[in-house]
Amino acid sequence: MIEFLQQLINGISLGAIYALIALGYTMVYGVLRFINFAHSDVFMLGAFVGYYAVKKLGVPVGGLAGGLLVLCLAMSICAIVGILIERLAYRPLRSRPTLSVLITAIGVSLLLQNLGQSVFGANPKAFPRLFPETNLHLGQLSITSNQLLVIAVSLVLLAGLHFIVHRTKTGTAMRALSFNATASSLVGINNDRIISFTFGLGSALAGAGGILYAMNYPSIDPLMGTMPGLKAFVAAVLGGVGSLPGAALGGLLIGLIETFVAGTGWSTYRDAVAFAILILILLLRPAGLLGKSRSDKV
Amino acid sequence: MVEIRNLTVAYGAVTALHKISLTVNAGEIVTLIGGNGAGKSTTLRAISGLIRPRSGKIMYQGTDVTGVPAHELVARGLSHCPEGRLVFANLTVDENLRLGAYLQRDRKRIAEELDFVLTLFPRLSERTTQLAGTLSGGEQQMLAIARALMSQPRCLLLDEPSLGIAPLLVKSIFDQIVALNRTRGLTILLVEQNANLALEISHRGYVLETGRIILSDHAAALRSNPDVQEAYLGA
Repeated sequence: MIEFLQQLINGISLGAIYALIALGYTMVYGVLRFINFAHSDVFMLGAFVGYYAVKKLGVPVGGLAGGLLVLCLAMSICAIVGILIERLAYRPLRSRPTLSVLITAIGVSLLLQNLGQSVFGANPKAFPRLFPETNLHLGQLSITSNQLLVIAVSLVLLAGLHFIVHRTKTGTAMRALSFNATASSLVGINNDRIISFTFGLGSALAGAGGILYAMNYPSIDPLMGTMPGLKAFVAAVLGGVGSLPGAALGGLLIGLIETFVAGTGWSTYRDAVAFAILILILLLRPAGLLGKSRSDKV
Repeated sequence: MVEIRNLTVAYGAVTALHKISLTVNAGEIVTLIGGNGAGKSTTLRAISGLIRPRSGKIMYQGTDVTGVPAHELVARGLSHCPEGRLVFANLTVDENLRLGAYLQRDRKRIAEELDFVLTLFPRLSERTTQLAGTLSGGEQQMLAIARALMSQPRCLLLDEPSLGIAPLLVKSIFDQIVALNRTRGLTILLVEQNANLALEISHRGYVLETGRIILSDHAAALRSNPDVQEAYLGA
């Protein structure tokens, strides 16, 4: 039982990070109908912004304020990078087939990975401690303060995202655009601006994910985004690409499943399981758990 | 208010409009009639900036707006209620209507306009919290028109408002269109399969055939024209 609860907490904390990344995939898919494969490298960049903020800029960490400052910095820079990627790489292809954009996304991903290796260096770096760390003991249960922070920060970000998407004018415009781009331009929405905003928002979440991930797995390198990125992609598909609650749910499920598989002695298969889920969901329920296939009324 | 000169529009290798010219004066209701694929919707899409013409000029309120994107024209008082309605099925009726006033910052004017369109189409006021996708076809059409009015346009491009709607509802929608023209001086360019009905409420009309304007006249004259009667009025 203790073992179960322990794994449950580990799983939720990992799943929360997958959820943050998956939301970026699903938001971009919502407005542009393609999978932004460079998203996982924005996640990596988030971790590196955190690293350099501490090592080079000397942001004082170890307290709550310093850690949060690093988090905000990573989110802001990732948002800007996300907006630039869209502006420079994807927007010129707006009227082209989705496949061209998809291939470009893979190219941008490779570019960021290799740029990372040449700028940051290919060797793994030790991620600094951002927040005060303690172990909380509840009976035999042991929870690190970082795990709790990951869960708390993720919840705050999810609530913030929900607010933006459902309670603000820009969020309503995002939902309108994701339904139909012609109709949204006819009510006066500047689609390009909303697409930029969406990239900024998704990339900020990926940046936060990068920081949170590095807090729990404190060795970072320019290729670190690949595996979490792929799993978050699986999470987005599992939840139903285009559905925000779906991405959050999918992330959580993938995190939990992966943790439990690893905890039951099948740890060599922890990565394989995520992709087995991808294959299964594509075969059995391609729209995902919360996605719906759309029909129009004539 | 709207003037098109020698407009040519093509989709890839297919030319949809061949050098058409037409004028809509302020305060008029003008109808485009023509069969399927004649280029009626294409004309509206070109005016509202959804598609770029290959050549020719589009003037709106005396300025050249050729190639100006759709969302900027909304700010200048041009509103296009598109074919197939395109209501945001994933949003509520209220959210749809408020998006219609996306560019309006004055909350009071949004509230006033909301009141206005809901008195125009009372059925919508019973459904404000409902998702637009759950409305009937006729209600969706009302919503599409109401949404197009929320931007307080001076000129409305209206595409097939009667398509797939019960005749009784069509009547009530057309009554409202006329009322908007009379009371607000709203200029309307109407595309309509039901040419009889459209010409009844219009001042003038143009007849499009395979991308060319073959006839233009006052609505009454078009209605009594034997060729038009035979081809479009089912006489």
